[in-house]
Amino acid sequence: MIELIDTYWLYFLVGQYPHGPLGGLALTLILAVLGLLFAFPLGLVFGIARVSPWRSVRWPVSTLIQVVRGTPLLMVVFWAYFFLPSLTGQNTNQFWTMLTALVVFDAAYLAEIIRAGIQGIGKGQTESARSLGFSYLDAMRLVILPQVVRNMLPSLVNQFVATIKETSLGYIIGLTEVSFIATQTNTQVLTKPAEVYLLLGLTYFILCFGLSRFAFWLERHLQQRTMAKAHA
Amino acid sequence: MTPLFDLDLLLTGTYHDWLVAGLITSLSLTGISLALALPLAIIIALIRLSPVKVLQWSGFAFVEAIRNVPLLAHMLFWYFGAPELLPTALREWLYARNIEATSAIIALTLYTAAYMSEDVRSGIRSIPGQQFEAARALGFSFVASMRLVVLPQALRVTIPPLISQTLNLWKDTSIATVIGVAELMYQAAKVESATFRSFEALAVASACYLGMSLLITGAAGWYQGRFPVRTA
Repeated sequence: MIELIDTYWLYFLVGQYPHGPLGGLALTLILAVLGLLFAFPLGLVFGIARVSPWRSVRWPVSTLIQVVRGTPLLMVVFWAYFFLPSLTGQNTNQFWTMLTALVVFDAAYLAEIIRAGIQGIGKGQTESARSLGFSYLDAMRLVILPQVVRNMLPSLVNQFVATIKETSLGYIIGLTEVSFIATQTNTQVLTKPAEVYLLLGLTYFILCFGLSRFAFWLERHLQQRTMAKAHA
Repeated sequence: MTPLFDLDLLLTGTYHDWLVAGLITSLSLTGISLALALPLAIIIALIRLSPVKVLQWSGFAFVEAIRNVPLLAHMLFWYFGAPELLPTALREWLYARNIEATSAIIALTLYTAAYMSEDVRSGIRSIPGQQFEAARALGFSFVASMRLVVLPQALRVTIPPLISQTLNLWKDTSIATVIGVAELMYQAAKVESATFRSFEALAVASACYLGMSLLITGAAGWYQGRFPVRTA
């Protein structure tokens, strides 16, 4: 096991970089960060649309979200893989294919988190803002959303963990993220498959467990602050 | 000139049979994994709630170790890694049979059980502690109070989240493609490469996933309407 780590740690972390494209754990993290970063504004728009007072906004977005949530991510990846090139008119590489699929998929899930957050704030807030003369969109932007985003920070961290796990599906379209690199390593070593994949699992575990503990801490911390405020 | 969208090819004949076989495999994977995961989830939840510290801790470790690693890495481990750890005779016996499906079922069962055990646990915790204490005071053992008093009430609260985990399980079966299980996703890709009709193949597979997902979501809605949670 030690020998394995000693020989392949750099390959595992960055792939063939700097002699080739960046890969490995670094690529996994970049993909997850960009995925969540791009999905967030989209999820925000979808989430607001989900609770919109206008039916013509609410229904199409709700349908889209239901469709994405009822489909496996792998299916979304395949759609992106086969149809992005004809849609954009140029050859899309694996990175952009995977990123597009992740953004669409995560946006649908974030939208539900945001919707629940908005509905959890309570009607009174919107009504007071509206009676003070704010337009609907201003009330959303200045009164409701700041509270929603603060409350949803722990969920966002959890969604980041989910996104890290989702990037592993890049393996299927030949994206050189960490699961793919592990399989390459396994093919080269040949005699230690259990060790290689245990190391892969351990890598994900350290990353994701650390983050989900952080989310847990954040949730308790925010709760205590809210409670302290209520008592003050 | 072939038509732009031609479903006829997939509604009868060989390709149709491939897709149907894939659908049946996906449904079997879901059914078998669910049947194995449910009792396992209840056992893990009880272990985590037991009065013994060591048991609590090992239940926690099991759940976190599984939840923080992507399902794809689980599948790779159980397919490529784990068989190497077995004695040669047993390994050969396994390889002569359907090792792909076996690995997929092990991975899916453990993964689903880890998530479901959390739902069962919070269901049990939602039952007031006095119920358990009253049962103990009447002379029931720990196991009997759980089985006859707490669990029947807890399961009612737990069924809706368990149904939504089943939905996740259904979608997760698609990842078994990676280790070569001939489920729906795999068959769709096979039809795609045999016919070059990417759009139709993916559309049919998506419709199957979506249709089943809607059925599962519908079941959750029906259950909540039929058996609303009673509050004491």
